[in-house]
Order: sequence, then structure tokens, then C-alpha cells
Amino acid sequence: MLQQLSGGPTRLSRATIVVAAIGVAVAAWVLFLATGTSAGAAIREPGEFIVTFLDGLTLAGLLFVVASGFTLIFGLMRTVNMAHGSLFLLAAYVAIEFQQRMVGKTNNIVPEEVSILSWVVPMLVGSAVAALLGLVLYQTFLRWNHGDDLRQALITIAISIIIADQLLANFGGLAQRMIWPGALTHFFEILGERYATTRLFMLAISLVVGAGLWYWLNRTRMGMIIRAGVDDQEMVRALGINVSAAFAVTFFVGSFLAGMGGAIGASFAGAAPGTDGSWLLNGLVVVIIGGLGSMKGAAAGSLLFGMAQAFAPAYLPTQYTFYAIIVTFVLLAAVLAIRPSGLYGTAER
Amino acid sequence: MTIDRSRWLPPLVVLVVLAALPLFGSEFFVTFVMTRTFMLGMAAATIVFLSGFGGMTSMAQFLMFGIAGFMIGNLSVSEAGSKGLKLGLDPWLSVVLALVITTVVALILGAVASRTTGIYYLMLTFIFAVIGFFFFGQVTTFSGFGGITGIDPPPVLLDHPIRLYFVALALSFATYFTLRAVIRTPFGLALQGIRDEPVRMAALGWNVPLHRTLAFAMAGFLAGVAGVLNVWWNGQIDPRSISIGPTIDLLIIAVIGGMARLEGAWIGAFVFVAANNYLRSIPLVDRIGITEARFNTVIGALVLLIVIASPDGITGLYDRLRRAWRPIGVDQAANQLALEGNDPSISNDRGEIR
Repeated sequence: MLQQLSGGPTRLSRATIVVAAIGVAVAAWVLFLATGTSAGAAIREPGEFIVTFLDGLTLAGLLFVVASGFTLIFGLMRTVNMAHGSLFLLAAYVAIEFQQRMVGKTNNIVPEEVSILSWVVPMLVGSAVAALLGLVLYQTFLRWNHGDDLRQALITIAISIIIADQLLANFGGLAQRMIWPGALTHFFEILGERYATTRLFMLAISLVVGAGLWYWLNRTRMGMIIRAGVDDQEMVRALGINVSAAFAVTFFVGSFLAGMGGAIGASFAGAAPGTDGSWLLNGLVVVIIGGLGSMKGAAAGSLLFGMAQAFAPAYLPTQYTFYAIIVTFVLLAAVLAIRPSGLYGTAER
Repeated sequence: MTIDRSRWLPPLVVLVVLAALPLFGSEFFVTFVMTRTFMLGMAAATIVFLSGFGGMTSMAQFLMFGIAGFMIGNLSVSEAGSKGLKLGLDPWLSVVLALVITTVVALILGAVASRTTGIYYLMLTFIFAVIGFFFFGQVTTFSGFGGITGIDPPPVLLDHPIRLYFVALALSFATYFTLRAVIRTPFGLALQGIRDEPVRMAALGWNVPLHRTLAFAMAGFLAGVAGVLNVWWNGQIDPRSISIGPTIDLLIIAVIGGMARLEGAWIGAFVFVAANNYLRSIPLVDRIGITEARFNTVIGALVLLIVIASPDGITGLYDRLRRAWRPIGVDQAANQLALEGNDPSISNDRGEIR
């Protein structure tokens, strides 16, 4: 609504042209010109390009798992769950602990000792714990103040501080890691570069999650209620449908997804105090780019952000690699310049 | 307009008491608790200003605070062993340049965020804050994770913590009265209109994004002033001091004090700093499992309690208690007076008269 009033069609298209020009320039740089960079121009170093692309794609997979839970909750309830990262870290720690119990060792676990089951079960246990805590938090602190979004955000911020502190007290300050199953820990050769199978496994999980979410939201009765609730909550209520149950289920599933992200993230990059904040941030960047409340947006935002994260350090001139963080900011600013509520977001109601 | 004694008297009394504080307060209390309270209070007041009067709950205020500090470090330090640009400029010139840079950055960030509002604004500015943290961490030209050390205040303040206290006190009051005055200017009134009805204000011809950008830039400048004081007080600055934790702490300060009143920022800052310094000395507190190491759990629980029980923080609680204890007639008269004085705190965004 706002952009129509303050911007107007001409300004919108000018911004689009500028962003398109930036996109073309970036593509030309990556393909032909990027000689002084750590990866080299894609035309000469196709292997490096493929690896960077796969890095971006697989990271996007993990980003999607985390951000889809966040956006699912927001889409239906307009609740910004700032404790999403805390649920991520909680699930990560629980999964690590559970895996250590299953393997029977507390440290120096090697992938060969980890069966598929002793990765999948801890992952599900961690996610379930996060989901249950999410449900309890929702029922206790967020159920009664729907619509007061700022207050809900503050409540979840306070909760995230408490959870982070308690996690620090119970799991310590050292970085821990969940171990990928040995059956999947291989490398394969692609255009002369070695690449880890586990990263593709990560992508596969996210595709399964994405497909599952799509089926759930588009082909089941609960999904139908949720989609209807996103559009017109009052009407759904008036039709005699129990929206409160849908809310609780949604919060459960959203928290479960945060937990899944946590277990995958703990295997991919480890878990430590502070991981909660950085993954909350990653989720926020994705949904701001993609548009809050939209699954399509979460997928698009994950792809864009994942690619930016992978390509920026590889294709910036070597002495400027540490400016990679600025690329995230430019991406964000560019998207917001064209669409203030994200790629697939609807203007605030 | 006649001078309204009830509006001006309380701040003046507080000012006199605080100015006399070094005469009877302990040195630790004055230089560690109160100076810090003033600095954090100034930064938190900019959150209250943006959130309570502009509908923009900003989490980037501590970033502005930090940018000013980092710029002072880069511009004024000249020692060989230090990080950063090491320009070694005159301290006062550094202050001017640091504040100009901070304001320009605030203008840019404010413009990027200017078409969002409410919860979106909070998320976007949170992202700004974390990007800023990583920027100063990774870009070793300006700092690197080790930070900048050996930052001296101008000679007149060097080794005079009490003088720094007076500067912080004076600037806090200047900030308070400036923001209070701005709220009553046409610009401030338009900002409050935008807070409540952005679409209607746009339809009436107000440039909504411009107002938001300018308000953010002004808040950025004031937070920058507090950041300059902080870096003089600390003598050093590193990216960890503007990471997610402190960023959230500043929001917590604003929430504890209350988002509806500017003075809440300093009250919240005092509660936060005092809790930080004195929690361990509360008798028997370690018996119930609360030690200094679990400070964050205590402060998190306190915030949770405040947000649930009194969303307007301590000042909101005070307003409610005062209203409950007063006879009805007096209360109505007070409301009437507040209406005439155009007091913005009487009406929140839900349109209730308080």
C-alpha cells in the first residue's frame, strides 16, 4: 500500500532497472572478469564455480529449513518468534547429547561409528524437544496477546535471553559438533574438485522438508485451515473451525523445523553459544528478502542469501574478501528498494 | 504560554540532586554506575524516541553508538601498536568527524529501512546491527575483532572521571530536553501522525519515508554522542561490545524503563547497570541459585515479567499507580491539562487515553 502512495510506477521501474543492471554486472564479473579473486573467472575455472554454486545451494537448503519454520509461524499468527534461534541451539545441543549416548562416547566420535540411525534419531529427538518447548512457550506466553506483535517480539526476546543463558549453564561454552553418519561421509569428484556428499545430503533433507510442507499446506485439511487463516482469520473462526488448534499445531511445526535446522546446523557447522543469534539473523535475512509469511519467499530468500554468502567471499578481489558482509547488506537494500515487504510478501495489514 | 511548573520542576530537582551527587556518592557509584547509566540512557532514549513517537522500534541504535566510538578510535589514536587507521587527529576534530560519519551512516540505513514499520523495522534494524558487528570484526582496516585500544579523551577530561560524569550528566539532560522539544515541533507531530496512521499521513501529502529517515538520522546522531562518551570512558572499543548481546541489552533498557516516556530510558539504564553491579551483593541471592554468572537469566526474567505485567515498563507502572491513587476529579483535570499541553504520552497506538 505504502509504496503505491509514496513511490509510484516510474520510481519502481527505475529501481528495478538499477537492480537488473547490478545483476548483469555481477554475472559478467563472475563469468569473465574475476581474475584477481580466490575462485577465478568462471569461464577459466569452471570447477571452482560449480563448487561455489553447490556451496550456495546446499547452504540455501539449511537456510530454508530454519526460515520456513519462522515464516510459517508468522504467516498465520503474525508472531515474530525471536526465540527461533534459541530453539535451533537447544535442539542442536540435545541432538549432540543424544548422539553421544547412542554411540556411547562423549568425544572423538568418528563418522564410521555413526550409523544413519544414530544421526536421524538424535535429529528427531532434538527437533521434538524444540517443538515441545515451542508449544509450551506459545501456550504460556503468546496465546493471549495475539495481534500485539511488538509485545510478542519482546516476550520472545526475553525468553531467548533466558534460554541462551540456561544453555550456557548446562552445555558449557565450548563449541560442539554432531557427527554426520559414516555411510554418507564421502567425497566425490566434480570437474577436478572434491566435494562432500554430506552437503548434498543436507540439500536433500531440505528438499524433503520443502515437499512435505508443500503437501501439508496444499493438500491436507489442516493446511487448508492454515492457508485460510492466513487470509482471513475472523471468517475461518466464524465458520466454526477451531483456529486455536491450528495455531498450536503451526507453532509446534515451526519450532520443529527450527530444531531440525539446529541438528543439521550442528552437523554442518557445530553449535556454540552465539550460534542461536547468528541463525536467528540468518532466518531474519531470508524472510525479509523473501517476504514474511510466504513459503515461496522463504525458498527464494534462502537461495539468494545462500548464493550471496557463497559467492561473495569467493569472487571478491582477494584483498577485499572481508567486505563480503557488505554484499548481504547490498542484497537486502536492493530487494527492499524494489519491494519493501520482500519478494513475495504482502504489504502489512 | 505560561511556564508550567509541574512540567519543569521535577527534571530540575533531579538535575540539582545529580549535580551534587559527587559530593556524597562513592566514587565507584558516581563513575561506574551513574556515568554508565547516563551513556546507556542517552542511547536508549533514542530507541524510546523512535519507537514511542515514530513507530520505529530500532535495534540499530547501539550500532550508531558503536560506529561513533570506532570512528573516534580510528581518527584520534596515533600509537604505533594500535589497530585501525591511526590518523592521530585532534580529539575535538575527531568528535566532529565521527559524529558526521555516524549521522551519514544513519541517513543511509534510515533510508533503506524507511518504507518498513513496526515489527519489520525491528527485524531489519536488528540485521543492520549484526552486519555492523561483522563489518567491524572482519574489516581490519577499521578495527578487526581485537578492537582499538588506547583511546584517550581530550586532555581536559583525561584522568578526571568526575568531569566525565558531569559531561555525561549535561549531555543526558540536553538529549532529554532536545527530544522533548523535537516531539512538539511540527516535525515531531508529523512523526507521531506517521506512527499512528502512515497511510493517511501519506494521503495528506506528508513524505512518510523522509520523515522516518530524518528521525532515524537524528536518533543516530544522539546515540553517536553517547557512543563518543562511552569510548572516552572505556578507553577502548571492540566489535564484541556492539554484538547481538549488547544490542539486545539496549532494547531491554528501553523496555524496562518504558517506551512511552523518554525519562524511562535513564530509569531503565539505571536498573540495568545497578543490577549488573550489585546483584551479587543482595544477601542470600546465591542461595536460590542466582549467581553473577546467571545475570542474563535474571535480567531475562525481569524483562519477561515487565513485558507481561506492564508493557510500558517502570514509567508505565508509575503512571498507572498514580492514576489509581488519585481521586477521579483530579485525574480528569490532569488528563485535560495533558491534552492541552499536547502530551504525546497520553495516547498510545491503541488510541487509549491514559
